[in-house]
Amino acid sequence: MRKVLLLSILAVISAVSAIAQTDKLMDMLNDENAASKKEPVSATFKATRIINSSTVENLAAGVLDFRILHRFGRVSDGFDNFFGIDNATTRIGLDYGITKWLMVGIAHNTLQKTNDGFLKAKLLSQKTNGGAPVTLSYFGGMSITGGAAPPVPAGTEYYFTNRLAYAHQLLIARKFNSKLSLQLMPTVVHQNLVDSSAYSNNTFAMGVGGRMKVSKRIAVTCEYFYRFNNQDMLSFGAKTYNSLSLGVDIETGGHVFQLFFTNSLGMTERNFITQNADTWEKGQLHFGFNISRVFTIVKPKEFRGDGTSW
Amino acid sequence: MKKSFLAIGIMLACVTTMSAQKLITRTAQLSFDATAKGSPENITAVNNEVANIIDLESGNLVFQVLIKSFKFERALMQEHFNENYMESDKYPKADFSGKIMNMDAVDFKKDGNYKCQVEGKLTIHGVTKTVKVLGAIAVKGGDIKLTAKFTVSIKDYNVEIPGVVADKISKTASISLESNPVKK
Repeated sequence: MRKVLLLSILAVISAVSAIAQTDKLMDMLNDENAASKKEPVSATFKATRIINSSTVENLAAGVLDFRILHRFGRVSDGFDNFFGIDNATTRIGLDYGITKWLMVGIAHNTLQKTNDGFLKAKLLSQKTNGGAPVTLSYFGGMSITGGAAPPVPAGTEYYFTNRLAYAHQLLIARKFNSKLSLQLMPTVVHQNLVDSSAYSNNTFAMGVGGRMKVSKRIAVTCEYFYRFNNQDMLSFGAKTYNSLSLGVDIETGGHVFQLFFTNSLGMTERNFITQNADTWEKGQLHFGFNISRVFTIVKPKEFRGDGTSW
Repeated sequence: MKKSFLAIGIMLACVTTMSAQKLITRTAQLSFDATAKGSPENITAVNNEVANIIDLESGNLVFQVLIKSFKFERALMQEHFNENYMESDKYPKADFSGKIMNMDAVDFKKDGNYKCQVEGKLTIHGVTKTVKVLGAIAVKGGDIKLTAKFTVSIKDYNVEIPGVVADKISKTASISLESNPVKK
């Protein structure tokens, strides 16, 4: 009897210790620092643009992004222009990720036949476990209008440099949780030529943008730019308004579709921060969308050595 | 009474010898292929940072896989894998703990290739299932290499595949694993 008891106790002990052993093995693998490790926060936004303005998201190194952006005419134009669908402006561009923290892009806009280029550099990444609380990026852009020279006062000349404008932005973003991300965008737009010497060539503005995920693949987005100066600035003789845009991001397999309403017709920083002739108050909205298609040009090192990926 | 002392003594001796026979690595490789038939894109990823310990005495073995360490050819796919499919912020790891069931057929001291049956618990995306896997152990001059190929049903682990990509992502993922654990 005693022996049986002893044996059964032994059997139980060894069974328990077998389970305990794999648990112990698992513990040995657990990285003791894992709980306090500072990991960069990913996917603050779904795309490299909130709507018009840039986000802190960069393309991965070696990724080319072909972007087609449309802004239709004023919805308030009504049936005559099919609520704006008859008049579209377009920006077609190529963005490229040089490193994981640096991307560049060039584009052509139908509005004012503008060509533009930009670079965006990630300076700081938001991290978990008491790391940096925000992601910080610098955006620098330049645009050149094309086409015939606009009318200038008699006795003055229109120089090539008059066509140029520059934009500098700091993008400060925080992903508060898996759903909510917000971004502040202190911005200065420098225009080499403005309508009158009464206005400053430098427009200082603060942008606020954000996204709220409503499901795994759909997010609501918005952005607004407030100008600290040049509020009363005329552009090509028209009164200008601050930019406000509301939209949704819809993610499918390989794309993010962005659909929105905005009072900004233009897609460069000069256009949408300083030259908005339309206002929400009068229903002068533009329906628009951003479509992006990414191509992997340089494969990650784990996948190199078997042809191209187009 | 003497006998029970003896038994306990033997048990203790066993436990101590076991602890001396563990091999470990943090650079085991795991790859998966979840490409649906006829899909224009390959849904494959590799992870070269898999952690593995094997106890040569008991045949117990565990694997740990950081989801964020999977590398995809397309960066966007990698982001979606983490964000929408595996929810790696919520479930950062997948792991397996199990046992070689036919230890009598494996001799870690003798060169050779051994087939082994492994049984244990596989946890992916927060869901734990008991699985049986056929693997191979190659012993060569004291060096030990574990390999295994198996498939898992994606639905079993509550990973949701939306309709728009159902023609690209297969319902099962075939997984292959290679580990070369060494003495610590």
